[in-house]
Amino acid sequence: MYKYDQWDQAMVDARVAEFRDQCQRRIEGKLTEDQFKPLRLMNGLYLQLHAYMLRVAIPYGTLSGAQMRALGDIADKFDRKYGHFTTRQNIQYNWIKLEDAGDILAALAKVEMHAIQTSGNCIRNISSDHFAGAAADEVVDPRPYAELLRQWSSFHPEFSYLPRKFKFAVIASETDRAAMRLHDIGINIVRNDAGELGAAFYVGGGMGRTPMIAPLINGFVPLDRLITYAEACLRVYNRYGRRDNKYKARIKILVHELGAEEYTRQVEEEFALLLAQNIEPPFAELERIRTYFEDPAFAADAPDELDRSDPDFAVWSDRNTHPHKAPGYVSAVISLKPVGGIPGDATADQMRLMADLAGEYSFDECRVTHTQNIVLPHVRKADLFALWQKLEAAGLGTPNLDQVGDIIACPGLDYCSLANARSIPIAQQISQRFAANGKGEILGELKLKISGCINACGHHHAGHIGILGVDKKGVENYQLSLGGSEAEDTSLGKITGRGFDEAGIVDAVETSVDVYLAQRQNGERFLDTYRRIGMEPFKEALYG
Amino acid sequence: MKILTGNDLKTGAVTWWDGSGWSLYVDDAVDVGDGGDAIIAREESARRINAPYEIEAEKTQSGVRPAHIKDRIRGLGPTVRPDLTLKPGDPNAVREVI
Repeated sequence: MYKYDQWDQAMVDARVAEFRDQCQRRIEGKLTEDQFKPLRLMNGLYLQLHAYMLRVAIPYGTLSGAQMRALGDIADKFDRKYGHFTTRQNIQYNWIKLEDAGDILAALAKVEMHAIQTSGNCIRNISSDHFAGAAADEVVDPRPYAELLRQWSSFHPEFSYLPRKFKFAVIASETDRAAMRLHDIGINIVRNDAGELGAAFYVGGGMGRTPMIAPLINGFVPLDRLITYAEACLRVYNRYGRRDNKYKARIKILVHELGAEEYTRQVEEEFALLLAQNIEPPFAELERIRTYFEDPAFAADAPDELDRSDPDFAVWSDRNTHPHKAPGYVSAVISLKPVGGIPGDATADQMRLMADLAGEYSFDECRVTHTQNIVLPHVRKADLFALWQKLEAAGLGTPNLDQVGDIIACPGLDYCSLANARSIPIAQQISQRFAANGKGEILGELKLKISGCINACGHHHAGHIGILGVDKKGVENYQLSLGGSEAEDTSLGKITGRGFDEAGIVDAVETSVDVYLAQRQNGERFLDTYRRIGMEPFKEALYG
Repeated sequence: MKILTGNDLKTGAVTWWDGSGWSLYVDDAVDVGDGGDAIIAREESARRINAPYEIEAEKTQSGVRPAHIKDRIRGLGPTVRPDLTLKPGDPNAVREVI
């Protein structure tokens, strides 16, 4: 994985010193909150419902064991012994003291991490496929390109004050595991008929109050022009994106209002101008970055067989592993969704254990998924049983990947000052309901996503079943939507009808699932059945 | 009643105006009547509070109850982590704020 060079480290260390000074000046009253707020946000420090919250960037979701261990240690020393992995592959700490912020950032810098650009109207953490570099179906490891974009976008002077925040996702396979088309810019690294690699640019996607699926604006940008093309996309947005209305300021609105064709025309025009200015980083820099992402030394003779004699292990290995490009290896997914648990939360001890397991079984590497789980990307099949036993013992062996219990949920009104309703208790009750009634075992893939407000951090628009919490005259109320997907068959869910109270939404989810069970054919997923039969049977069952 | 709330500048902890200072406990909150803006201006400039604001609440038999669920949750702590609330030993505490 990528290692900081002297310039990276110097930049991060300088920022730590600068922000430590800014925090001290705020505490001493030399800065007002109005002056301090934009500074702290650029360093990932929010003021949330109960305390300050620090969001730490995890570039493309990749962590070393040492970094995961440091995250656990920070949770222990500066927070309340846990952290929350987010839908942007980051981690958030919920109970931070302003007077500790400088020390926390210094601890992060020691392991080549930071919280820069995890808030504010700038280019945020670049997300990617959590199986990158391991997946059997990828064209190439997308992370060197994500890293190049990270370096280009860090402190980019032209794009530090965009009309609104800006999110990239970079993948390199037909299967989309990063919700690529629901980002401001989604990039899919593809290979053309001549065998050359290029970047397909999808621009103008997003969730929030106006969900949109990004249209393809260029199917093949040569990789030696990747940054120049990204610059052109951003430049058109920065020039014409609306700054008068924050609800219409995202690039998706610009692309929608201009039309994809006109936006593309303007980008191509800008691209031509930029090409003449030769702004692309030297190819040698991409090659330098690429060396950090070379395959680890996979054993050539790793056995491909798996002893499945333990039935519980067999279930876990069937559900929570993913095919690997190297024979005899798999990627193992550690679920952070125990039955009735808080999606995405991990204790300090669990983080340190996952760091140890990464070192013991996965070439010292782990990944954060946008679905709020952790991946050990390179595990020998021969080690899988031993790994599972250790996960089981630590409460990390729940076999529910992509099942109804593998729920994405934002922090909601339990933590977030923007939320209108709680998300986590709904996730807990649904998880418990489907574990208790046994239906969870027979449903197959069902992606359920919950947001506590219209900002959609819980990706509810893209859930096979989506839930949106709203404030109905001071009382929590929940809208149900069906038919969303954030995979390569991207679609946006449709609202079923009037909302439900806290108990009612759990019943409504079960009612919807019962319709599916009664109607499914030939091993269809929930989403397939919904797409075949449409909304009406569900509405009939829900509302009569 | 009208009460004042905000966050402690250094720790970020939720606090409530108790008539002479800022308390961690919503039950200590006092009715500020029409004087909220003046108290906010004074306390903010003295750096004793961060992001203060005034809310509606009612005095009940069990204490001070903010009108909106968001402030009731602020007053207690996350409902999904009773162990981290201000009333970790009270099995009814979470139910009462919802």
